[in-house]
Amino acid sequence: MIGALAVLLAFQLVGEIAIRWSGVPVPGPVIGMLLLFLALHWRKSLPAPLRTTAETLLSHLSLLFIPAGVGIVRYGALLAEEWLAVTVALVLSTLITVAVTALVMQTVIRWRRGAPHDG
Amino acid sequence: MDRIFIDIWVYLAASPLLWLTLTLAVYLAGQWLFRRSGGRAIFNPVALAIALLVLLLLLTGTPYSTYFTGAQFIHFLLGPATVALAVPLYLHWERVRQLALPILAGLLVGSLTAILSAIGIAELLGGSPRTLLSLAPKSVTTPVAMGIAEKIGGLPSLTAVLVILTGVIGAVAAPALLDWLRIRDNAVKGLAIGVAAHGIGTARALQISSLAGAFAGLAIGLNALLTALLVPLIVRLLHLTP
Repeated sequence: MIGALAVLLAFQLVGEIAIRWSGVPVPGPVIGMLLLFLALHWRKSLPAPLRTTAETLLSHLSLLFIPAGVGIVRYGALLAEEWLAVTVALVLSTLITVAVTALVMQTVIRWRRGAPHDG
Repeated sequence: MDRIFIDIWVYLAASPLLWLTLTLAVYLAGQWLFRRSGGRAIFNPVALAIALLVLLLLLTGTPYSTYFTGAQFIHFLLGPATVALAVPLYLHWERVRQLALPILAGLLVGSLTAILSAIGIAELLGGSPRTLLSLAPKSVTTPVAMGIAEKIGGLPSLTAVLVILTGVIGAVAAPALLDWLRIRDNAVKGLAIGVAAHGIGTARALQISSLAGAFAGLAIGLNALLTALLVPLIVRLLHLTP
């Protein structure tokens, strides 16, 4: 557990250093994810404690967004100014994006299989 | 007697312990309610927990910075948890490799849709240029979105809030929408949720299945890169200035 946590933190650290050094516009942990993936892929095996720790952490991923989410409390006034445009844009744009992404991906999968495009 | 309560409150309100404990308690309560409701999307535990904590802060007059001294211990785990997304990606790599082309197609069209639809709808409803610029990167993970907003003349702090709201909307509504569209492939579900609703969506995708979580996690990374490239370009083409 502690060993696995150290591995995750070490990859995050390397990721943070890598983006500061290269200026790539991506957060350090995302690079850390990529590097850990490459390491696992290269090793061709996943240590059991790492798997357990990762899966435990990920099963509560939504908890980890709460502190940042509560930050909304500071920007009530900012949101209130144009709340209608912002609310409608957020809801519609998010739904449209989910639908379009899914339909495009689904269509390409079917198109490659050569199947007809019905439901 | 009142004196004691006030003393205790003064101590607790300033210590990290109270808000750390409350964040966990509220999350657990949200999860309990979500399960009790039979998994109704409207009882999303994150949305409930955020709403309840915001209410508590407002009622007690506690500044966010005080709240965050406690909650930061949870917030910090976002980093290693993001790295941990490599595990489902590794476990499902074969599927990802097979679907490379559909993934890239969905990602490219989805990323463009997220940016253009947000700008377009807000513009139609009379949003100010600053709001449009703050909305443009709303579908990517917070640090990247804030960086993009800053670069193009939006308000990074407003963007941070819009990103969180986008994630919550995606987490609440996406699974039902995908069912309605008769999307059954968990790989497709995961990618769509990850492209539209970044990490908060990914948390929801992981509840669908580990495969959906793997694709959502992949989408966070790829969409962060693509959006960072596309938004400045689109802003220039549309002549948007703050």
